[in-house]
Amino acid sequence: MTAIALEDVYKSFGPNLVLSGISLDVAAHEVICLIGASGSGKSTLLRCINLLEPIDSGRISLLGHQVTGTGIDANRVRRQVGIVFQSYNLFPHMTVLRNVTLAPMKALGMPRAQADELASELLARFGLADKQAEYPDRLSGGQQQRVAIVRALAMQPQVMLLDEVTSALDPELVAEVLDVIRELADGGMTMLIATHEMGFARDIASRVCFLEEGVIIEEAPPSELFTDPKDERTRRFLRRIVDAGRM
Amino acid sequence: MSGNQPAGGTNRDGPEDGSAMLSAGLSAGSPAAGFGAVGRGPRLLSGGGRRAGVVSTLSTLVVLGALVAIFLAAPGSQQVRHTFFDPQDMWQSFIGNPKKGYYSVGEAIWLNIRMFLAAEVLILILALVIALIRQSTGPVLFPLRVLAMIYVDFFRGVPLLLVVYAIGFGLPALRLSFISNQSYAVYGVLALTLSYSAYVSEVYRAGLNSVHRSQVAAARSLGLTHGTAMRYVILPQALRNIVPPLLNDFISLQKDTALVGVLGAIEANQAAQIYGSTVFNYSSLTVAAILFLVLTIPLARFTDRLIDRDRNRRLAGAVT
Repeated sequence: MTAIALEDVYKSFGPNLVLSGISLDVAAHEVICLIGASGSGKSTLLRCINLLEPIDSGRISLLGHQVTGTGIDANRVRRQVGIVFQSYNLFPHMTVLRNVTLAPMKALGMPRAQADELASELLARFGLADKQAEYPDRLSGGQQQRVAIVRALAMQPQVMLLDEVTSALDPELVAEVLDVIRELADGGMTMLIATHEMGFARDIASRVCFLEEGVIIEEAPPSELFTDPKDERTRRFLRRIVDAGRM
Repeated sequence: MSGNQPAGGTNRDGPEDGSAMLSAGLSAGSPAAGFGAVGRGPRLLSGGGRRAGVVSTLSTLVVLGALVAIFLAAPGSQQVRHTFFDPQDMWQSFIGNPKKGYYSVGEAIWLNIRMFLAAEVLILILALVIALIRQSTGPVLFPLRVLAMIYVDFFRGVPLLLVVYAIGFGLPALRLSFISNQSYAVYGVLALTLSYSAYVSEVYRAGLNSVHRSQVAAARSLGLTHGTAMRYVILPQALRNIVPPLLNDFISLQKDTALVGVLGAIEANQAAQIYGSTVFNYSSLTVAAILFLVLTIPLARFTDRLIDRDRNRRLAGAVT
């Protein structure tokens, strides 16, 4: 079954063409990593799937239902698609617990007791049981990002979109967040991950897509794409990564 | 309006009935009580020890002493003290005496308090509505946005005094059944609300803009509607940011309730002026000034505490 289907998606900001005819199918339980230089369109692609950005043309379908075009309840779509941002974006005026329970209570109408229970369970699962009453400012970056992932998971989404979730973290905090994502993948979560962590992408992805200038240049299983890239532009990008000591 | 007051009692109370009031008058509102707040200097110091406390207390006393000495040594000091700081007159104007043609300033201040409490609530609501309209994006709301903009431009541009006159004398002149039968205090509150809402809506707007766009994105990405995101995510953060400027406007509002006196409402300033033009002593104005200070200073300190508490709660032991 296809979880996400993109068909010839175009998106521009003013005169800048950011997505230039993206087509991609993501099967249920598949983990796809998007790699490419900054500005290649990875983040925009994820934001379009979450309907945070309207697309100019093309079609996006989630779980077999088209979500672009007129008459779509964006809020209903977003409840099924979790997204986690590079800069966490936790709500600073709420405790960790309230960060997690806000959407289940206010978007799904879940009673507080039930939302609290769900949140406690999820927080405990990701090693954050003792942080429930803390405010985000008092947590490390890694902890904040794990809370942000839990916050998205609390809506019990069908699909998770991760937008360079480790890019803002100190190197020693990256592993704890990647472990969380691994656990999600092992649990069968369908994920679309924009990342600069090539080692991680090689480990976790069922397929890797290389983007450049809003186009998917190459799309292959990691074993193929990282060892035997077909396209010259992919080779050039990977060579730069290796030269920078990032792989 | 003060001219309408019966000026029968121009003869002053003799010292014999006033002497009992003298000490009470001093403690209730001598100028020293107003300056007392400055003497709390040491509490404003951060991390100063006992020595720093002693030094700052001494220097405060020296400065205050110098100012008082200059005041006492001035050629017209005697006259000024008699006209503006006479303890007997201060006490008499504070308690009032309708038989002698003047009202109690202490009682009249309650009208100011009632007016600004009513106006504050109305302003907070109206200003928020205006701010939310101005921040809206949908094309359907375009006419409302234009109206809101005109409203803000108009009431920020017209002096409050003119708005008070226009409402206070204009609405009764219309001779409509409900609208024209209200008290001057009600018209005053209406004028204050109309004028201040324009300012406060801009404060709200600045607060809403101070919340980073990524917070909106995070809230909406979870499937929250625009309204829910506004209510639970954006507004609470915006309100925290605007407490100081909002308080600033409200202190200003507390003082501006005195303008409603021009309509004839007996608020503190008007009562003090009536006393002055009845008895020919203006110590009543000093009483009014002290009463306004008593209202505004605690509010300022309270807000400082709120800000500190919020900051401490969120930043204590922060991991960086």
